Amino acid sequence: MKVGLILNVSKALLLARWKQTLVAAIGVTFSITMFIALLSFMSGLNDMLDSLIINRTPHIRLYNEIQPSKLQPIDKALDYKNHYNFVRSVKPKNEQLEIRNSGAIMQALRTDERVLGIAPKITAQVFYNVGAIDLTGVINGIEVDAENKLFIFSDYVVSGNYVDLKNTPNSIILGIGAADKMLANIGDVIQVTTTKGDRMPLKVVGFFQSGLQDVDKVQSYASITTVQKLLGESAGYVTDIQIKLTDITQAPALAKQFGKLFEVEALDIQTANSQFETGSFVRTLISYAVGITLLIVAGFGIYNILNMMIYDKMDSIAILKATGFSGNDVNAIFIVIALSIGLFGGTLGILGGLAASAIIDQVPFVTAALPTIKTYPINYNPNFYIIGGIFSIITTYMAGYFPSRKASKIDPVITIRGK
Amino acid sequence: MMEGKVLEAVQISKSFHDPVTVQVLKDINFAINKGEFVSVIGKSGCGKSTLLYILSTMDTDYDGELLIDGVSMKGKKESELARVRNEKIGFVFQFHYLLNEFSVLKNVMLPGLKLGKYSDKEVEHRAMEKLKLLGIDSEARKTPNQLSGGQKQRVAIARALINDPLIIMGDEPTGNLDKKNSDIVFGIFQQLAQEFGQSLLIVTHDNEFAARTNRIIEMEDGKIIRM
Repeated sequence: MKVGLILNVSKALLLARWKQTLVAAIGVTFSITMFIALLSFMSGLNDMLDSLIINRTPHIRLYNEIQPSKLQPIDKALDYKNHYNFVRSVKPKNEQLEIRNSGAIMQALRTDERVLGIAPKITAQVFYNVGAIDLTGVINGIEVDAENKLFIFSDYVVSGNYVDLKNTPNSIILGIGAADKMLANIGDVIQVTTTKGDRMPLKVVGFFQSGLQDVDKVQSYASITTVQKLLGESAGYVTDIQIKLTDITQAPALAKQFGKLFEVEALDIQTANSQFETGSFVRTLISYAVGITLLIVAGFGIYNILNMMIYDKMDSIAILKATGFSGNDVNAIFIVIALSIGLFGGTLGILGGLAASAIIDQVPFVTAALPTIKTYPINYNPNFYIIGGIFSIITTYMAGYFPSRKASKIDPVITIRGK
Repeated sequence: MMEGKVLEAVQISKSFHDPVTVQVLKDINFAINKGEFVSVIGKSGCGKSTLLYILSTMDTDYDGELLIDGVSMKGKKESELARVRNEKIGFVFQFHYLLNEFSVLKNVMLPGLKLGKYSDKEVEHRAMEKLKLLGIDSEARKTPNQLSGGQKQRVAIARALINDPLIIMGDEPTGNLDKKNSDIVFGIFQQLAQEFGQSLLIVTHDNEFAARTNRIIEMEDGKIIRM
């Protein structure tokens, strides 16, 4: 089979009906453009929504929880050793929320190569004193640099500078909702009271907005040393250790392992936020389904046009066969025609998809809930382009397959004698 | 002289089975020698065209044996038969069947390019020579639909000649032409037979045309009655 000749004949047949061919190619272009734009946009949105959670959630969180004693008196009675016992009477002791031996645990985690980084945290229940009333609140004592590195803390500090938290002693970054209620401005000093009744003045150095209003009304951030001072605890006092892993998928397994090893509660991100993963998955699935449907519709267009072309060129096919072109040659000619439509339409579609994504990327999208987002999010994942390209070739090949077979089976005798 | 036989039909029969079995060819035996100019005549429906398409290898549904250049065509694959048609048989039909997407020259070249025996440049040169032989080299760059009927048929003859076939087959090649153009085409066939020793097998119902050929095969009801 002479490839050059096949290409030559295909080209001539293609150009003979270039308008229909163009329409078919535009069908492919349109569907690939939509496919890529849709997936980029959808995936950008997914990433944004996920990052709302994932950026701010540790992959594994180590903490202590106040729980009733696991070993109840009846379990110690030998008579009932092999029974399932319901009688429980020992209440939770005045157990500390502190993670014991936190320094050593952090040291061990820092040397673990599966761990990307750790950030210790203290959660302290407080009251914000506003005139005569007290508002309940939570102050998170954080290690400012680690927190920013792992959880992009600075993104959520809408005014003021997050570094001041470290540099100014006894400073606080207030949640924007709480600040609003307290009429606090940057530079003001506010009073907080701990659950134990200790009172402490803190200087406001910034506001923070997470996008979740309920969180912003309650939470504030201070440096870890400030909170230790506030609670009257020693320098080793830590209630949470937040861990980011190099591979997020290992979180459930490692959480179990760390929990056992360090004798603390360990919560992985998948368990804590399972609904987000399901949401992302379903959204991605829908985008792919829509995109592929578009491509299949374009495929039917190509099928139609090739069929028409074959009826139109019946004589030409017959004479090609009469003068020595085999069925395979004719088949190849029409497959080449189909694939060129796919290749041409697909290439334009990939460029169109990139252009459409770039345009969506410029559309302003401002919402108070998402302080870091200024335009619609787009994910420029090269995989979408590769998938789009491959799909355009596959669908056009499928669309060309049956008409080509039909063309290759045309009996020149019937065609020629029919005249 | 066995070598002389370019084409031989041995007991070829053919029946159509739809809707009832009708035998259209019965026990056809004949041979064509090299350089012979043979015409097949007979009333319409006598099976002469059916015979031609069997001889051309395009119709493979028959009983009996067909030898082209001493080789049996029975049991050959579709692609092998295509190769035989390409290399050894030239066709001229009643209708010219030129491809309007290509120039006249390219139309003539296509079977040659398919054969791949010569380089593209040589095929072009040879196509030009064939067109010159038929006196239409000045139209080489035009497309077929810019040509008159007689010119188109001459291009079709040039296309049939491009691979120097063993035999040229024609199915009413002058059927669509007026008297003047018919004479031109006949003249070309005669010239090919006499000057180049080209074998020709032409199906026609034009008895005047047939009378001027070397040999007439007359058919009636699927049988040869005179050869």
